[in-house]
Amino acid sequence: MDQALSATDVSVSFEGLRALSKVTLDVPRAKVTGLIGPNGAGKTTLVNVLTGFQKPTDGSVSLDGESMIGVPPYKVRQKGIARTFQSGRLFADLSVLDNLEVTGVGLGLARREAAKKADAMLEWIGIAHLAERTAGGLPYTDERRVAIGRALMLDPSYLLLDEPAAGMSAEEAADLARLIRRIIAEMKCGVLLIEHNIGLVLNICDHIHVLDSGEVIEVGPPSVIKASERVRHAYMGTQAEAEGAVL
Amino acid sequence: MTALLQVLFDALSLGSLYALGALGIALIFGVMRLVNFAHGDYIAFCVFAMLWPSIDAAAIVFAGNLPTIILVPFILAVGAGLSVLSEIVVFRRFRNANPATMMIASFALGFVIKYFLLMLYSSRPKSIDLWSNLTQQIEFFGARIPPLQVITIVVTIVILIALTAFLKRTRFGLEMRAAAENFTMARMLGVRANRVIMLAFAVSGMLAAAIGLILVTQTGTVDINMGANLMLVAFVATVIGGLGSLPGAVLAGYLIGAATVIMQVVLPPDARPFRDAFVYGAVIAMLVWRPNGLFTSKATKQRV
Repeated sequence: MDQALSATDVSVSFEGLRALSKVTLDVPRAKVTGLIGPNGAGKTTLVNVLTGFQKPTDGSVSLDGESMIGVPPYKVRQKGIARTFQSGRLFADLSVLDNLEVTGVGLGLARREAAKKADAMLEWIGIAHLAERTAGGLPYTDERRVAIGRALMLDPSYLLLDEPAAGMSAEEAADLARLIRRIIAEMKCGVLLIEHNIGLVLNICDHIHVLDSGEVIEVGPPSVIKASERVRHAYMGTQAEAEGAVL
Repeated sequence: MTALLQVLFDALSLGSLYALGALGIALIFGVMRLVNFAHGDYIAFCVFAMLWPSIDAAAIVFAGNLPTIILVPFILAVGAGLSVLSEIVVFRRFRNANPATMMIASFALGFVIKYFLLMLYSSRPKSIDLWSNLTQQIEFFGARIPPLQVITIVVTIVILIALTAFLKRTRFGLEMRAAAENFTMARMLGVRANRVIMLAFAVSGMLAAAIGLILVTQTGTVDINMGANLMLVAFVATVIGGLGSLPGAVLAGYLIGAATVIMQVVLPPDARPFRDAFVYGAVIAMLVWRPNGLFTSKATKQRV
């Protein structure tokens, strides 16, 4: 695939322990790709590989056709791959505005331009009122939104969201879903959504990969995943004949 | 009143030196969790850069003869250069090492610099006459104040304001603050690690150079160990300020300066030789009360 962030046959071993084996995944532009799987399935390892923080033992990663193996993390961001973390990981001592500005200046903007872009981004997400707050004291959901804003600075081509809905209420998750749809529609960004909230994933993803014990066990649109025996098996163990109640 | 004024000026000028030293150490600690024990030797190196290498007892002044307007930037550049060089040659190789390993490396670097100076200039202290008219005391409401004290205080305040503006207003400052809190995250947002670290080393080296200039004007001697005592106090100041906190380091520098001067005045004459024991006793008491220092930055607390 040309316009995509792709992992092809990626394997990662940690001292003999296989975290990923032969994983192939495409994140196309302007679509939401879901990545689900039980804890320890290798989801975060895969994200680390896609963002240059983990060198794959085997296989390749490419961005719009160009190989990304060996590209240092700061360059990965400059090439347009952004990510968020499970725990917001904001700069706690900095203001919300400064948190966004860091991306701007990191990518080479002058301070004033970075501030302008950061302001516009906060406005776009709808949290302009938080600009001057210190990031360390923010409530959980706001922290997530700031982290997404920080990742979205200067229009990355791909955005990897690592469990953005963890700990959110149904309402907050619905807000998040709306935000992700806007990112797709207005920024034409390719989104990889890693989530435990299966409802959210089935609801907004165009295509879903299911990872278990380092292997992709199912790929397809939400309807296929919902119907998959293997996915149910991975989540519930052998007993699962729960008629889709799990998903 | 007069005595109080005298104590105030003494405390502020001594505290200023300590604050500048602590700031130089805290800056580096902030971006790479390194306590740079070679910092004191940077101070000596910068001062020796004013002399021509010789093991004669008399100093052969070289750069020290330059007009002030050239001399000051020259010495600052020497400090920045030495500091950046030590990052490129030494510390870069320890980027992912354990902090204790980095600290030992900094001790080693300090020894290398010290013995390099020893080789070129011998271990004998030499006297040098730099801006000596600044140490002639003038009357100020009855207190005898050398203009150097006033200059030290003013220069320190100017440096603190300039550094704050740099950190708050410029893009490099923002990158540095972000990197100080979470380096991995900053890199993931596009911040270039090497550039930010080199910048921190350059600023830290310039602070060492500034201290060197003030110290040599004050004492009129150059000595390969001249930075050692100050480095020790500055390190203690960064610890009680809360490692990694720049305002904490500055405040603690001033506190130790004030404590030293006040002890000198209030202790009975027989106890004065043991002044430093009282000062460090106070430091210990302070750490028992607040083991994490005066200011704990959120960054150091959250880091796992």
